Amino acid sequence: MTRASLPLKIAALGGLAFLHIPLLFILLYCFTTEERSYAFPPPGFTLKWFAVVWSRADIWAAIGLSLKVALVATLLALVFGTLAAGALARARFFGREPISLLFVLPIALPGIVTGIALRQAFGLMEIPFSFWTIVIGHATFCIVVVYNNAVARLRRLSPSLIEASMDLGADAFTTFRLVVLPNVGTALLAGGMLAFALSFDEVIVTTFTAGQQSTLPIWMLSELIRPRQRPVTNVVAVLVIIVTFLPILAAYYLTREGEAVAGSGK
Amino acid sequence: MHASPPPSATAVRFAGVARHFGRVRAVDGVDLSIAPGEFFAMLGPSGSGKTTCLRLIAGFEQPDAGHIEIFGETVEGLPPYRRAVNTVFQDYALFPHLSVGDNVAYGLKVRGVGRAEREKLAREALAMVKLAGMETRRPAQLSGGQRQRVALARALVVRPKVLLLDEPLGALDLKLREEMQAELKSLQRALGLTFVFVTHDQSEALSMADRVAVFNEGRIAQVGAPEEVYERPATAFVAHFVGSANVLSREQAAALGGRAVASSLRPERIAIGDFGAPIGEGIAPVEARVIDISYQGAVRRVSALSDFGMSVTVSVPADAGGRLSPGDVVRLLIPRAALQPMEGEG
Repeated sequence: MTRASLPLKIAALGGLAFLHIPLLFILLYCFTTEERSYAFPPPGFTLKWFAVVWSRADIWAAIGLSLKVALVATLLALVFGTLAAGALARARFFGREPISLLFVLPIALPGIVTGIALRQAFGLMEIPFSFWTIVIGHATFCIVVVYNNAVARLRRLSPSLIEASMDLGADAFTTFRLVVLPNVGTALLAGGMLAFALSFDEVIVTTFTAGQQSTLPIWMLSELIRPRQRPVTNVVAVLVIIVTFLPILAAYYLTREGEAVAGSGK
Repeated sequence: MHASPPPSATAVRFAGVARHFGRVRAVDGVDLSIAPGEFFAMLGPSGSGKTTCLRLIAGFEQPDAGHIEIFGETVEGLPPYRRAVNTVFQDYALFPHLSVGDNVAYGLKVRGVGRAEREKLAREALAMVKLAGMETRRPAQLSGGQRQRVALARALVVRPKVLLLDEPLGALDLKLREEMQAELKSLQRALGLTFVFVTHDQSEALSMADRVAVFNEGRIAQVGAPEEVYERPATAFVAHFVGSANVLSREQAAALGGRAVASSLRPERIAIGDFGAPIGEGIAPVEARVIDISYQGAVRRVSALSDFGMSVTVSVPADAGGRLSPGDVVRLLIPRAALQPMEGEG
């Protein structure tokens, strides 16, 4: 093993600091006594903003809406993403490649394009903005995340495992339950968690499909414009960091273990 | 003993079976009958249709034409899980998320056998393949040979009427392969089960099987006991694929005093004799020039060109061939009985 040189170490530390020090400021200003501006150093420290967040109904409504949207979008993504992956992982049919591309395209497309497209489509079809329009907007990219995870795992699954199961007397459903699901389960969980985290902090598509409703990120954006009670947004931001970071971390560990399971067949 | 059994007593019967993939005729009109308790080899190069035939028996493929019976039962349209046959896969296909014990018990579990009973049967099956006590291991912790045995135990524990083996020894090294050959053979005898195995290795087919079907381009070129297929190849393809052979044109066969039919001649049946020595009954002496000699351990392969333009390969004991060098003129002694006439090829 070679040792890194001193300049390289400094550069690496600098890069990490650049990425993470802003997050520390978020945390720091949760506790400041100054509510109109972010003065440095903070003139004093208090815990009152946590109490304020706790008592404000609009925040809880926004958090509730975001959690519900993320949950439903993730569930939709799990069902449709898995089905799509199942169809496209192995089958050979005319138009397979274009269809795969169409599935992955929404995540490559800028959110603003997806947002405008959905808004115009909803407008043309005279669909009023609702909880479900937000869910549909989020599902466009959540499905891709689940699909990508599932398709990668399914392609690594040896086709003879499925044949072996049927050879030993299991019908298609039993084979799916006892062989396919245990082998792709962690990939689905990882995809689902990633989808949840993406949906929970999504701003751009939501702006176009939410109408008057506020998901948590939209609420934060509108809150920043107001001059009062600024540290409240910081407290909420810390909550968001926790809510999105935990599932991403879990997804990372789950897929790592999953590789050991799925790759051991050979 | 090796005669075709009457139709009522067949384990597997194919009648005019065909399977096409697009324009490729993978299996192109195969008739076959395998007797109960027989160790049957399907031998052929890759793409010859042997594996597709195995998959047709297992139910992974359905025939486009023809008829398949397993112990008198018509199986066209039956999915794999409704057939009393089980497969040992080429890559073993062990379930990576299950322990060795659960792998072996899988077929019993999906049949609704209770936990205690299936664990007992799985233990017995593992003991039968000499893997007693390995129940809690994961497939990833086993060697190739051990995985092979687990796959075998998993297929046998559900008591199939026919066991199908797809290139069962292909992934093992030479030493292990010879060991498993003997073991498979004795297991098959002990169980009295019908084994059908696919291989591209002719020595494996000859040493293990009661009968061998040689496949070529989706058809069976010849079926018979190993001795029959080796000693009396029906076509030039069989002669070349099973062992090595000299294939003679009808003119060359006639020049040696045989029937004027395209014939095969095994290299080890030809001897090199001394000029001037008396020639025995039924032996054709041929004068030939040595072109090349290659040493192969037990034997030397001598390629030679006869005075009438016939090129032959001769296999002689290594010490006997040691005196020869390219350019030497030798006398080949060819027993006329060693000339095997073949169908329509020349």
